[in-house]
Amino acid sequence: MADSIIEQLSIFVNNEPGRLAYVASVLKECGINMHAFNLAESTDFGILRAIVDDPEESYRKLKDKGIIVKKTEVIAVSIEDTPGALFAAADAFGKAGINIEYGYAYSGKKASLFYMRVNDPRKAVEILKNNGIRLVTSGEIRWET
Amino acid sequence: MFWNSKIECMKTEDLRKLQYRELKSLVNNLYSFNRFYHDRMKDQNVHPDDITCLSDISKLPFMYKQDLRDNYPTNMFTASNSEVVRYHVSSGTTGKPTLVGYTRNDLDYWTEALARSLTSIGIGSEDTMQISYGYGLFTGGLGLHYGAEKVGATVLPSGTGGTERQIELIKDLGVTAIACTPSYLVHIGDVAKKMGVDIRRDTKLRKAVLGAEPWSDNMRKHIEESMGVRAYDIYGTSEMAGPMFTECEERNGIHMAGDIVYCEIIDPDSGETLEEGQKGELVVTMLKKEAMPMIRYRIKDITSLSNKECACGRTSPRISRISGRSDDMLIIRGINVFPSQIEYTLLRIPELAGHYMIYVTREGALDRLLIQVEIKEEAFSDKIEDMNRLRARVEAELKRYLNIAAEVELKAPGELPRFESKSKRVIDKRVI
Repeated sequence: MADSIIEQLSIFVNNEPGRLAYVASVLKECGINMHAFNLAESTDFGILRAIVDDPEESYRKLKDKGIIVKKTEVIAVSIEDTPGALFAAADAFGKAGINIEYGYAYSGKKASLFYMRVNDPRKAVEILKNNGIRLVTSGEIRWET
Repeated sequence: MFWNSKIECMKTEDLRKLQYRELKSLVNNLYSFNRFYHDRMKDQNVHPDDITCLSDISKLPFMYKQDLRDNYPTNMFTASNSEVVRYHVSSGTTGKPTLVGYTRNDLDYWTEALARSLTSIGIGSEDTMQISYGYGLFTGGLGLHYGAEKVGATVLPSGTGGTERQIELIKDLGVTAIACTPSYLVHIGDVAKKMGVDIRRDTKLRKAVLGAEPWSDNMRKHIEESMGVRAYDIYGTSEMAGPMFTECEERNGIHMAGDIVYCEIIDPDSGETLEEGQKGELVVTMLKKEAMPMIRYRIKDITSLSNKECACGRTSPRISRISGRSDDMLIIRGINVFPSQIEYTLLRIPELAGHYMIYVTREGALDRLLIQVEIKEEAFSDKIEDMNRLRARVEAELKRYLNIAAEVELKAPGELPRFESKSKRVIDKRVI
């Protein structure tokens, strides 16, 4: 169960030219490998969300560099390249009253991975399992992407 | 044209005598009946008997905006509640507002001052005057309203905002004069152009009484050339009563009616009275004020004083255009804002760190206030929605305390420069 919960790093990026490049350079310097990322932006700032190899270690390294970073629990489902795959997961959540706060898809080796931030990740994991939807565990990410 | 030529053109020496008599009885009264000013005089070791000529006014203690705040709401009042007929309120520095009160007589000389001012620039019963100052707690709207009614003008109390509608009304009602901030008039001109309305050709608007924010002769030139509207400067603060005094047709300084106010110019650092014509801080003594004393009140506006008789025939002293402030107060869209008020508001929000920057710019005709503020690390959320909500809350709090629309940008901790003083956090890029 716990393995199905993935730690995402969320990084605050000021909306100024060169800020993302700076954050990326720190990631590089720290040897952090990203499997997936997503950039959400507002007028004055952006939030870089990243799935990395070793979230604990990466978190510590980024913090030491003065980067504003936060750990967030997300879940990932494998979306087969067939019609209705996303519907199955979303429909199960809807019926169970689980709210998807945001999500982003990333293409993996075999299928697409859909990362989701939900209001109750533990309950979400349980529902998905009960509905026969395959969750990608944190251990599997490096093999899937 | 004069509203009250007897007073307005009174011989200078007679005016001085009148001012002395008014000052003497004011000081006697306050010493006997006003706890606040009695104590202030005692502290300074000055007694009403020490005032034996007009220049002895320099023996009297100064009053400051802080006195109004410290005595909020009515501790400084001389008049009882039954005598006070109106309040006006402006926002204060630390959440506490500044309150001013008026007796019937206070309203009467305020209106009289404006009647004289409007008459001096030829506004009278033939005019239709649009008052586009804020009505309500701000003194501008109601002040000008009563003044314009007094001279018999047809008053259109439009207040602020709804610019397109205001332009329609200027057209439809044949508005001839307007009172508003200079930047708002420029904005009206811009919007009119977009609507295909040529102020010069399609309206009867020819005179504008402009104030409540700093402006320049360049702006005057721009307004007159682009709109064909003759622009006059008006001065006054809520502590005096509200906007009161204007330039005359000569437009060579603002006539500060000598029977109502006694003006001094001082060196802001030493407090010494300066010679006529020298630039310094304006200090006003309101000679007729009843509800609350205003003696040697330090307004903090920088100007100079001339006692020479004006070509128009008026003998009242004139002050030159306000050239700045001796404190860090900002005037944004006609609203007074102290950086300390912004700081106070920001520090009340637990998600924010204490670091901020204030940028003031002018876009088109209107001022824009941008506040960058650092969030605390623990306030950072991975959800954009949470962050947007925080930003909206900061904007709402600023609106609530300062009554002004500010744009807020959230910054990561450590992103903004560190300073010792508030004034370095303010970047005013406006060209006025």
